[in-house]
Amino acid sequence: MRLKGRDIISLEDLSNEEISFIFNTAAEFEPIAQGKKKSDVLAGKVMAALFFEPSTRTRLSFESAMQRLGGSVIGFAEPATSSIAKGETLADTIKTVEKYSDVIVIRHPKMGAARLAAEVAEIPVINAGDGAGHHPTQTLLDLYTVRKTMGKFENLNIGLIGDLKYGRTVHSLAYAASRFNNKLFLISPPGLEMPREILGDLSAQGKEISETSDLHEVLSQLDVLYVTRIQKERFSDPAEYAKVKSTYKIERKTLEAAKPTLCVLHPLPRVGEISSNVDSSPYAKYFDQVFYGVVIRATILSLLLG
Amino acid sequence: MGKVEKELRVSKIKTGTVIDHITPGKALAVLRILNITGRTGAIISVLMNVPSKRHGKKDVIKVENRKLTEEEVNKIALAAPNATINIIKNFKVTKKRSVELPEFIEGIIKCSNPGCITNTSEPAVPRFRVVSKTPVNLRCVYCERITGEKELLAQF
Repeated sequence: MRLKGRDIISLEDLSNEEISFIFNTAAEFEPIAQGKKKSDVLAGKVMAALFFEPSTRTRLSFESAMQRLGGSVIGFAEPATSSIAKGETLADTIKTVEKYSDVIVIRHPKMGAARLAAEVAEIPVINAGDGAGHHPTQTLLDLYTVRKTMGKFENLNIGLIGDLKYGRTVHSLAYAASRFNNKLFLISPPGLEMPREILGDLSAQGKEISETSDLHEVLSQLDVLYVTRIQKERFSDPAEYAKVKSTYKIERKTLEAAKPTLCVLHPLPRVGEISSNVDSSPYAKYFDQVFYGVVIRATILSLLLG
Repeated sequence: MGKVEKELRVSKIKTGTVIDHITPGKALAVLRILNITGRTGAIISVLMNVPSKRHGKKDVIKVENRKLTEEEVNKIALAAPNATINIIKNFKVTKKRSVELPEFIEGIIKCSNPGCITNTSEPAVPRFRVVSKTPVNLRCVYCERITGEKELLAQF
């Protein structure tokens, strides 16, 4: 199986077999991502990281992955320091940058921006988040973390909790997890439920989904609990926000009824959704998730650049 | 033969295309879809809200000396799904068929998502995959959001 020269814009661009292939290949990149094994498979290759929106984890993990593989990195972390500030179109920026690099990683506030970049560029483009759209490498690293922790990433009970309405990562994860026959448990405060169109898509495919606003109703059934941030700006009433925030906070004692093998994930950054007293519990896998981000991105860069 | 039909037959054309059974009030939208501006000098007859046996009322467009391509014709279905196309040669209908939406629609309508890259100054032509025909639902190739019939018709 070859992914050389491909664009990764949405997870829909990859078949289940290709996703499994990426995961099977990823194991050999773990010691490289850890810095325990040296690699120069991408020596002489240049990755352009174009971040039109701020990011810490995604940008740094892509850069780390590229450098661990012996490649180098150019780019910008905010558009203010580029020609975009002078009014250049994205299309022109891409046509320029592809002359300097072998692969483009792009984050942009507009949905579909990465798809446009991929159409314009001859070299592979990786979407690192396009507004409320896709962030495929995040979803891949989420699933990979599940596989590493649980030994598989199919036929599991996966709970998604928090802001399921606006959260890009949970939308992509819901679609992707469903493709591998996982059962979804959606847990969200009223008003922040998973969009109806996504539920419609999934139930049209015959997927099993359960919805609740109370974690305790379903906690004991879960194999994975994926926690997301509830943002203050989604609430018009600050008192309502405060109430929801405290109700949905995960404490060590919240997880007492959970299976001992429960795997708690979070795309990070967290702002109080998971108490730090969970960090030392066997459930906490969100910092492993950060590491697997480098592994997955190294794997993808290496496969695309062959 | 009724009076109305007689009036319509006055403008019978020798060669060209008659687009019949257009949803009443949508003739101008159809002209826009076909990019017919009237500036080429060709004779165009537009009839709006004329009585129709089948639909009560209808619009009709007669374009003289121009044969529409299948691709052009199918786009008409966006605004007028019941339209029929009559190809006229020597005052006779030589071919008659209904319209059917193609699999992809490019460059006629805008994506209804204000956050979509096609609604910026970027050189990205809006392109949609037709996900359902009745009602019309189009999925943007770029942002993947659905533009539905209501949003679609509001653009015409």
